[in-house]
Amino acid sequence: MPAVGCKFVFVKIFPPVLMLLTVCVCRPPGTAAAADADQPSVEQIKTAFISHYAELLQAEYADAFELTRRMQTNIETFLKNPNAENLAAARQSWTDCREPYMQSEVGRFYEGPIDGIEGYINAWPIDENYLDYTVAAPDAGIINQVGQFPQITRDVIVGANEKEGEKTVSTGFHAIEYLLWGQDLYADSPGRRSYMDYVESSDGPGRHAARRRQYLHLLAELLVEQLQVVNIQWEPNQPGNYRDRFLSLPPDEALTKIFSGLGNLSGSELMGERILVPYTTKSQENEHDCFSDTTHLDLVRNELGVQDICLGSYKRLNGEVLEGTGLLALLDKTAPRLAARLQGQLKAGMAALKAIPPPFDQAILGDDSKPGRVAIKKSLDALKLQTASISKAAESLHVQLNLK
Amino acid sequence: MPVFFAKGKSARSTFPVAAILAFAAATGAKTDEELSGGATTAFDTTREAFSLSARNLTDEHRAPFFVGHSFFNENWLAASASVSARDGLGPLFVARACSACHVRDGRGAAPEADLPTETMVVRLSIPGRDEHGGPKPDPVYGSQLQTHALPGIKPEAEVLASYEDLGGAYGDGESYFLQRPVFQVTHLGYGPLSSNVAVSPLSAPAVVGLGLLEAVPEKTLRRLAAQDQRRTDGISGKMNLVWDVAAKRMVIGRFGWKAEQPSVRQQCAVAFNGDMGLTTTLFPDENYTTAESFCTNLPSGGHPEVSDEIFDAVVFYSRMLAVPARRDVTNKIVLRGQKVFEQLNCSVCHVPKLETGNVPGFPELTQQVIRPYTDLLLHDMGEGLSDHRQVFEAGQRDWRTPPLWGIGLVGTVNDHDNFLHDGRARGFDEAILWHGGEAEQSKEEFRRLNKSDRAALLRFLASL
Repeated sequence: MPAVGCKFVFVKIFPPVLMLLTVCVCRPPGTAAAADADQPSVEQIKTAFISHYAELLQAEYADAFELTRRMQTNIETFLKNPNAENLAAARQSWTDCREPYMQSEVGRFYEGPIDGIEGYINAWPIDENYLDYTVAAPDAGIINQVGQFPQITRDVIVGANEKEGEKTVSTGFHAIEYLLWGQDLYADSPGRRSYMDYVESSDGPGRHAARRRQYLHLLAELLVEQLQVVNIQWEPNQPGNYRDRFLSLPPDEALTKIFSGLGNLSGSELMGERILVPYTTKSQENEHDCFSDTTHLDLVRNELGVQDICLGSYKRLNGEVLEGTGLLALLDKTAPRLAARLQGQLKAGMAALKAIPPPFDQAILGDDSKPGRVAIKKSLDALKLQTASISKAAESLHVQLNLK
Repeated sequence: MPVFFAKGKSARSTFPVAAILAFAAATGAKTDEELSGGATTAFDTTREAFSLSARNLTDEHRAPFFVGHSFFNENWLAASASVSARDGLGPLFVARACSACHVRDGRGAAPEADLPTETMVVRLSIPGRDEHGGPKPDPVYGSQLQTHALPGIKPEAEVLASYEDLGGAYGDGESYFLQRPVFQVTHLGYGPLSSNVAVSPLSAPAVVGLGLLEAVPEKTLRRLAAQDQRRTDGISGKMNLVWDVAAKRMVIGRFGWKAEQPSVRQQCAVAFNGDMGLTTTLFPDENYTTAESFCTNLPSGGHPEVSDEIFDAVVFYSRMLAVPARRDVTNKIVLRGQKVFEQLNCSVCHVPKLETGNVPGFPELTQQVIRPYTDLLLHDMGEGLSDHRQVFEAGQRDWRTPPLWGIGLVGTVNDHDNFLHDGRARGFDEAILWHGGEAEQSKEEFRRLNKSDRAALLRFLASL
């Protein structure tokens, strides 16, 4: 409203400025190019991008859900027949779930369906003493504290997560990771939990094998349910679900959300929290998949999530490739040089992340000339440029994006 | 808009660009009002409004900010955890992470009736002073109740709030109800409290702009206190003088509800220690008392549990959160409310504008014109708000003027409108109506305002 007053002043003082403002209002950048009737307008490309985004993200959630169900099946098999082979299969299926899930993290950071529930699904770090024994505390954790927790129930597991002031982490991917791998006390391998932890015995961890089985069983069940909750919100043709509401938002509001996810994942989460923090503190295990030593894969998959939305392409579990309008296609219309730059940066970022030698918890150690640290530094530099371009892209589309 | 356009390629002629810049300069006085945190100010009205770095953060400061952000937000773990940089929590604690109370770097809520306190701490003291003139701790429970503990250990206590209605009416006859909290300490784990103990529940304040407040020169605080001394209307701010643990001497306090901490650094160390049971170089001892000596046999998260590097990063982070910009600064009702704010003398203590000094190594904080709406001084706020607890020079009824920047966004960020030290006020109106003591007259004038002036004042506060 006050702008009206300002313009009024201008009429008296600087008529040319008023004209300029008028031009600015009437002709948003890019619309000039739409004069050619054969070409889709910027607004049409925006709409196509937004709708394809919803399709990609849902496919990622659907794949994450499907793979988590397979993991649940493998975990149940392992719990029925605890042996080394079944444990290895359960672990492999955990790693598999991470591939689509980590890509789907590009859908976080704007109070979408995932944001309310993410604390149950992928919270980190895990207070392992709160769950199960550690080398230093053989009787620790809900599993071994029979007196305090007579029954292992959903209420016990979920209740601990509930209160805001409490914020205990005892569910989700990393809790399952801990129950499958155990503490990583080794420089040359991930955690080495034995399948014998799940076999009754009169002493050692096997004393509470049945409770541990029950805990793992419930964790898998909960995770599947929670991913389904998110997935349902993004399914197509469900009146009133989140996707329905998202697609009926004014395009600029939807774009703001998409950019918030892209910018925050690329910047504060991937570059900041997941790489820069362990790189700076050099603390072994200050990494996300610290029990399974698969952090290096997570990093690449996060970047893949950013790339999916930019390129408009995602390869589904069943091999089908979803192709459509990505951010680059939109930018190509409005800021072609920026589009080209971002495309190059995505490539460079992916190459840099893939070049980090696993395991990540060893790569962060040593002085800055060590190959691991050199590779990580390269990734940080690449992600910084990439994030800056995402910010510029938002600016070029008049989307307000404030990154940490 | 004009500025954006001027940067674009379409502005071929330099004349309009110059004209636009001239226009921006001419209206500079108005946009300046928006810049609550000077060049740190972030224009953001989302739930992340308190969580952004100072917008003028230098490139080399990005790493400590992210590290600090991580250790401020993620949970601390019981020792010995695989993620060893993050372990050492407890054994007794109030919260597992800074962010558990300072949710999204924002403000804690008032406890719901008959439910245990969350997002707040409960301070204790008995009559007398400690060796440095500070509050004297309870011999068993120390200076703060620990409402949580590691598995297998009893928490010190549970604190339950209940509320009593307190009726009143505005000058125009419209009635209102305030709620007076009554706190009950139950489930004491280690025997009775001292019979003469003072119990003071304090909400977690928002974290934005702390580095800027720290950068306000001492001479400014002295000047503001001296100005107050010349007043004849009873408004009389004073500085707290508190113990600086690192410097081992008494200095001016400026953080905490009673201005009991001299620096962001000490504030952070006290919170690590008192709220989460984590040791730092500044506070190397765990936070249990000799009455709880069983705790000595538990595993430690290292010596100190929060390494210097991580501690420094969390302090850095706490200094570098951007202050959100004001909204609607040219709105007529807001402007009217701003005038009322001055007419009622609110602005005598909630000083709108201050300047920071030079902060070596921190160009972001140096020489910024800021609009915090505080004088950082202690004021007697009357018996109704007394917590019956003396903290250095801060008497039982004294509170430090809390900064008002960002209060209009607490609802967005934290989903509540609870204000004052224990969160008892539900909205700005109730917060004002609780003012007493030195602010009695301003409160009375507010009570007698007509409805539209009251609404304008509240609208102004919402723009902060």
